[in-house]
Amino acid sequence: MKLRAENLSLTAQGRAILDGVSLDIPTGVSFGLIGPNGSGKSTLLRLLAGLEPRAQGHVMLDDTRLRDLPRREIARRIALVEQQADTGDALSAREVVELGRTPWLAALQPFGPEDHHIVDQTLAAVGMTELAARHWSTLSGGERQRLQIARALAQRPQVLLLDEPTNHLDIHHQLALLRLVSRLQVTVVMALHDLNQALECDLLGVMSGGRLIACGPPATVLTPERLRQIFRIRSTSLRDPSDDAQILRFHCLEDER
Amino acid sequence: MTESAIPVGRASRRLLIPRVAMGLGLLLAAVLAGVVIGETPLPPGQVANVLAHKLFGASLLVDPIDAGIIWNYRLPRTLVAAGCGTALALSGLVLQTLVRNALADPYLLGVSAGASTGAVAVTIMGLGAGAIGISAGAFMGAAMAFGLVATLARAAGGGSAQLVLAGIAGSQLFNALTSFFIAKSANAEQARGIMFWLLGNLSGVRWPDVTLALPAACMGLVACLWHARSMDAFSFGAASAASLGVSVRRVTLVLLGAVTLMTAIMVSLVGAIGFVGLVVPHAMRFIAGTRHRALIPATALAGAVFMIAADITSRMMIPGQVVPIGVVTALVGAPGFALIMIRNRGRR
Ligand SMILES: Nc1ncnc2c1ncn2[C@@H]1O[C@H](COP(=O)(O)OP(=O)(O)O)[C@@H](O)[C@H]1O
Ligand SMILES: [Mg+2]
Repeated sequence: MKLRAENLSLTAQGRAILDGVSLDIPTGVSFGLIGPNGSGKSTLLRLLAGLEPRAQGHVMLDDTRLRDLPRREIARRIALVEQQADTGDALSAREVVELGRTPWLAALQPFGPEDHHIVDQTLAAVGMTELAARHWSTLSGGERQRLQIARALAQRPQVLLLDEPTNHLDIHHQLALLRLVSRLQVTVVMALHDLNQALECDLLGVMSGGRLIACGPPATVLTPERLRQIFRIRSTSLRDPSDDAQILRFHCLEDER
Repeated sequence: MTESAIPVGRASRRLLIPRVAMGLGLLLAAVLAGVVIGETPLPPGQVANVLAHKLFGASLLVDPIDAGIIWNYRLPRTLVAAGCGTALALSGLVLQTLVRNALADPYLLGVSAGASTGAVAVTIMGLGAGAIGISAGAFMGAAMAFGLVATLARAAGGGSAQLVLAGIAGSQLFNALTSFFIAKSANAEQARGIMFWLLGNLSGVRWPDVTLALPAACMGLVACLWHARSMDAFSFGAASAASLGVSVRRVTLVLLGAVTLMTAIMVSLVGAIGFVGLVVPHAMRFIAGTRHRALIPATALAGAVFMIAADITSRMMIPGQVVPIGVVTALVGAPGFALIMIRNRGRR
């Protein structure tokens, strides 16, 4: 499913948090969002999910305006994993994932075999099958993050919005998650902090001060000059001898004066 | 609670019929107990005869005085207690779910106090007579209190603590308004009656009250069950519910409307009764889990049974005297709630 943003803006407390962001993300592409803290990545993801009624501009899903779709229809197409999610409810891990079926079930319709199957499958996909009976409060940050991703997958979305999905994950689960996401046949937009992980995306967008200042394939976007400007770092590009893949190494500018 | 996790969906449907049967049996037993137990002990056989006579027109020999006590006093009183318990417990559950606050309850958030003010204002000023007029006044008062507390909590930053503090402020304000109305306009006789009613009192309950209380409780139960899945989706907050496809505005409006209406009707019938909405849903989370499909019926049933038990206790505690039922629910509820808070440390 194609995702397009036209001139998205959001002002809060007299400050432009998002300022005229336009995007065009083709079907099935993985789109990485990078930018310093507070540059508006999370806000942009919330707007793309249609969760900000005060926003200006449009989000288009294929040829439909997000605003013209009922909430439930949006939730069947777009799933969002926010940066932090917490609950005081004594939910089991499985019950968290079951929430993902909400948009597919009528008010009084019970869970069907298909729903149970999808929940089993997504729990397995994030390696949480063993922990399905555990309570939310007893899970680690990484386990919670994986559950939220499983919940989003259980929505069977065509667009997956992930806000720093590798946060809290150990290195194995980071790689497993990125591999899982790259194999999905859906459009993925994710905010990332690890620029080497961002290199693996099909397209990258760079956020700074609420504006999208660059957008394109990673090689053209992640130039040393731009990294210096935006992140205030010096970067060197290396090659992995085993497969000749590009790797970035970073140095603090302050150390070099 | 661990074993409830994996097979819950599959097991719960197989156990549905026995569970519903058990719940209805429990409710029936509680209602019968409410009718049988009292200052004049009536043998269950006699009660059964009177009920059979009244309900099914069975031509049985019944003592007219006993029949009067059972049919005109104890049965309506017990039924109103049941409806009231269900309504207050469900109101607490809905508020806790929607505002994500373990302390949310119509009594603590000042909704009951607002309803009292509205009811008292209508009673004293004699605007619109009868239970409906008083209920309408209570509804206005409850809605005003709700709006005020919500606005205040939001203006103060919108956190959990702010909501509870706003609730305290709202309760105090509306209680003061109630006292002001009473002092200004009521004569001594009226004032005594109102004060007694304010503490929660089922003595004056008759059949017309039943026809208001039971439909209100049933309406609330249906509204909650209909939105059970949406309420589940609020586990991670309102934004998460919206991203799961819930029309947060509509669901909130319907459910808060139901809570306001239920609270207003119950307050106008029996006064402001605290702790039911707080203790019952929390206790039920231990038994039925946190998913609303099971939690709502469990809370509705437990609320009814709890209130009938409280009513029986209020009649029997001091021989020859009726203790206000609000006193009984607080005496049981406050320690019960303390216990739940301690057990719930770390989670909700
Ligand atoms: N509701 C809000 N009201 C005011 N400011 C906000 C609000 N939400 C976010 N912000 C501000 O908007 C900026 C962008 O935030 P965010 O999108 O979370 O950035 P990022 O995810 O890139 O770190 C930050 O400066 C943040 O403080
Ligand atoms: Mg962020």
